[in-house]
Amino acid sequence: MMTVTDSPGIWVYAIVDAGDGLTLPKVAGVAGAEVRTAPLGSVTSAGLTAVVSDADLAEFGEDALRAHLEDLDWLAAVAQEHHGVIEAVAQLGTVLPMRLATVYASEASMRAALTGSEPGLRAAMGRLRSRTEWGVKGYVAQPKDPAGGTVPEDSADAGAGMAYLRRRRDALSAQRESWRGASDGAQAAHAELARHCAASRLHPPQSPQLSGRKEAMVLNGAYLLDNDRAAEFSAAVAALNDSDPRLRLELTGPWPPYSFTAADA
Amino acid sequence: MASVSTDRLPAQRLALVDLLDRVLAGGVVITGEITLSVADVDLVTISLRALLASSGALAGDAGRAGDPYG
Repeated sequence: MMTVTDSPGIWVYAIVDAGDGLTLPKVAGVAGAEVRTAPLGSVTSAGLTAVVSDADLAEFGEDALRAHLEDLDWLAAVAQEHHGVIEAVAQLGTVLPMRLATVYASEASMRAALTGSEPGLRAAMGRLRSRTEWGVKGYVAQPKDPAGGTVPEDSADAGAGMAYLRRRRDALSAQRESWRGASDGAQAAHAELARHCAASRLHPPQSPQLSGRKEAMVLNGAYLLDNDRAAEFSAAVAALNDSDPRLRLELTGPWPPYSFTAADA
Repeated sequence: MASVSTDRLPAQRLALVDLLDRVLAGGVVITGEITLSVADVDLVTISLRALLASSGALAGDAGRAGDPYG
């Protein structure tokens, strides 16, 4: 049984290649912790290096993490701190980001786990070299004319009730048609964008409640691009956006390659 | 359609949603004496509950994917 005070946990931000000549930028880690490097494998093998900080297990142990992950303010702060370190490290060379809240109980268990995975980590790093992730989100375009269009005037009370129901029905029908059209457009756009990329991946659409957007999301794509194709990709997004009135596309990035660290990505 | 943007969350929140997509569902996952594998937790539920609680919105059925009108 480990005591919390004697042995801090280890938060892992990313794996980098020590061959990239590592001088960490000045950046604070999660909860303001000092960020440091921890070489993996044997010292002589010039192996991969983990970017880590100490993490108090009273706050980042399993039970505490479970509770904290439900707290938006905590989650937002920690996600941005984690991301901040990864972005800073990405300036040095190829970076393999770790999933949020990768916390080991000790430096020894961290080394054992990561060193054992070194071949896979190296392979992933090879796929990501000189490449960057971009995101493209697609939404149902808002019609210029409000849904329902023109509706005949009904003067009688009974007629007004019927007209209301008809307007509701027509509006829902129009919304459904808009969504289907935008969805078709999103599929075509994704296929076209994927042609420019080394790899692509679809995240689940963000719900309107999560994103705060009224328009339904129909595309939440991630695209791994060779660095010298970023301008070409951006132009392709703009062209697709202009050519399909059903769909509105938004480009985000560049991102560290979060979406492309898995072997199957 | 002038009302469309009036109750949007702040820009920073929008970026946070994009970030959570990535840091919670992407990144390297390695097991082995890790304190909590986020992969095992229902992330959609976490992020939805957290965001809804924060924005004061009513919790309800918030489907992630599929035809919202179907």
